[in-house]
Amino acid sequence: MMDVRGNFPRSMRISLFITCYNDTLFPETGKSVVRLLERLGHQVEFPFEQTCCGQMHYNTGYQPEAMPLLRRFVEVFKNAEAVCIPSSSCVAMIRDHYSKMAEAAGDAALVRDVEDLLPRVFELTELLVNKLGVEDVGAYYPHRVTYHASCHSLRSLHLGDLPMRLLRKVRGIKLVDLERIDQCCGFGGTFAVKNGEVSAAMLEDKLRCVVNTRAEVCTAVDNSCLMHIFGGLHRQGAGTKTVHLAEILAATEEGMA
Amino acid sequence: MSIRVGEAAEAPSFQKAAHMLLKDDQLRTNVRHATDVITQKRSHVVAEQHDWQQLRDAGSAIKAHTLRFLDHYLDQFEAACTAAGGHVHWAADADEANRIIVGLIQRQGGREIIKVKTMTSDEIGLNRALEANGIHPHETDLADMIIQLGHDQPSHIVVPALHKNRRQVREIFMQAMGLKELGDRPEDLTDAARRYLREKFLKVKIGFSGANFLIAETGGVCVVESEGNGRMCLTLPDVLITIAGVEKVIPTFRDLEVFLQLLPRSATGERMNPYNSLWTGVHPDEGPREFHVVLLDNGRTRILADHESRETLHCIRCGACLNTCPVYRQTGGHAYGSIYAGPIGAILTPQLFDMEHSQSLPYASSLCGACYEVCPVKINIPEVLIHLRGRVVREQQSGASLEAIGMKAMARVFATRRRFEAAQRLGRIAQWPFISQGWIHHLPGMLGNWTAVRDLRPMPSQTFRNWWRGREKGNSND
Repeated sequence: MMDVRGNFPRSMRISLFITCYNDTLFPETGKSVVRLLERLGHQVEFPFEQTCCGQMHYNTGYQPEAMPLLRRFVEVFKNAEAVCIPSSSCVAMIRDHYSKMAEAAGDAALVRDVEDLLPRVFELTELLVNKLGVEDVGAYYPHRVTYHASCHSLRSLHLGDLPMRLLRKVRGIKLVDLERIDQCCGFGGTFAVKNGEVSAAMLEDKLRCVVNTRAEVCTAVDNSCLMHIFGGLHRQGAGTKTVHLAEILAATEEGMA
Repeated sequence: MSIRVGEAAEAPSFQKAAHMLLKDDQLRTNVRHATDVITQKRSHVVAEQHDWQQLRDAGSAIKAHTLRFLDHYLDQFEAACTAAGGHVHWAADADEANRIIVGLIQRQGGREIIKVKTMTSDEIGLNRALEANGIHPHETDLADMIIQLGHDQPSHIVVPALHKNRRQVREIFMQAMGLKELGDRPEDLTDAARRYLREKFLKVKIGFSGANFLIAETGGVCVVESEGNGRMCLTLPDVLITIAGVEKVIPTFRDLEVFLQLLPRSATGERMNPYNSLWTGVHPDEGPREFHVVLLDNGRTRILADHESRETLHCIRCGACLNTCPVYRQTGGHAYGSIYAGPIGAILTPQLFDMEHSQSLPYASSLCGACYEVCPVKINIPEVLIHLRGRVVREQQSGASLEAIGMKAMARVFATRRRFEAAQRLGRIAQWPFISQGWIHHLPGMLGNWTAVRDLRPMPSQTFRNWWRGREKGNSND
């Protein structure tokens, strides 16, 4: 497969930051990332010392508690050729806040390490399209699918149409547009619990749009939103299920057979 | 120094207020409809402005510069305004501002004033202070008049009566104006308002306004509005009193070029406001013969001192963040317990006022970032919310709250690989009493807020890292 300049990218050594909740709750997403990247000819590493990026603590107001997690992330990944993260909100945490946090800590060496590492940190679709230069990953997924754009992917990472470019090249897929695609689903991390009722009202709006697509599958680049959306769909007895984008891209005709 | 925001001292927490408001279907329908209409109009007029992002940069830069040299520009404004025949008063807090304003009205022997929309006067609870001194304020902005006549509270910073529909407005008018019959078409309602207000405009001798911009260079004041009722208040009375927060100053007349493009497009989705009033001091034979400006601090310099949240003071009160906010769309403005509602209210109110309920406001957001994207002066509201959450956590640091204990425990879990992996194993064991038919339908405590409307898939039997471990050992089937 050729990149944008028509070159065949060499095989890369890609370190996977699976994220704490994918590791624990969505192992299938991680397995799919591994299968996909290996199928594209790259080597995947999984450093066992990784835990969490600190987003939950940082965003809830426990910023001092997030600091050791920043140090851990930098320590684990500072020598990586590229870091792949199948979660846009964790990438946003790292990209939007790590420099500022390191500066606030007054640690010049850490600031340098963070600045040095950040350009090598990629959300999955960024890695595929922007770094590895592929859109057609050879996937086969014969289902009716709608794409939910998570807030961090839209307004923090500005992924734009990267996920759709990948999805359009999937064979057998029937893509259906989601109404009000730029509207938050109401997850918002601890918001879903601290303001449970408002979160539920926001979810209700999102579910209406998802159900209206009559899609079999709602996909996204964040399992956090999907956990919230699927939880609501299941409670309502709706037939649509949620699947992380990596799992669609990893699916092949051989795999289905 | 005493600081307060209208009636908000008694406001319930955001969660409690939202709980009540989410049951009000009529209000929610009105809010959704109105915010949808304004949002669509806004996107249309913003899309046609090709240098919109540069305008936002300029607006943000002018505000940042002005705040950096605020003392200089305020002095310059005072000198220029005074030279043009105006009188400038300085108020450190709400009480001082109210004392000054009541004093000015009493000196004229006034028993009534006509007001054009001013949120700052709501912030200081002016109407209550006036009534306590036997002075009756007449709100003349149509929406504010609806609120006043309906004994209601504003729910939006640009469209205060956005939560009411025309039929509800008709009922309020009929009752307050003693009308036997009234249609509910917009023409019927504005006609009734016009008749009611004309009499006040012609009779009342003291006008009162807020300000959108104070111009340091000229000592001028700028007010933008849609109805012309403001123009009446600004020009017909003998005496005009204006209140403005100190952050409303901009350096030069030329700077209006930027703001008068940003504000109407963001606020009402119009290319230009129907009425743009600009005046400087007093003029013989024209307009009010006496003009006063009250410059209000009321907590603003305290915000200025915090470099992480200073940009809150960039706000030009356009309300675009409210219209686009998915949280505001669900609850409307009353949930925020302050005249400053929505995302900007969620950062402004807790910084201006030390009330207990304001501690809940920084959490009234899913951090979706839609507010930052539309803000015409680029206030990074999600960043400021996170900063304020940190402050709330520090201030509540008795350490005894369940949340704090849980968060600290989680931080210890994530601190080492061994503890993280142990917690994963423990979680799988702890969850089993809650699993039924492959799903979790009920959880205890705070987590019950999750399962109130959502099911939860249990933790799978194998974590990713265990799969990887097996694969490295070469005994994986995958």
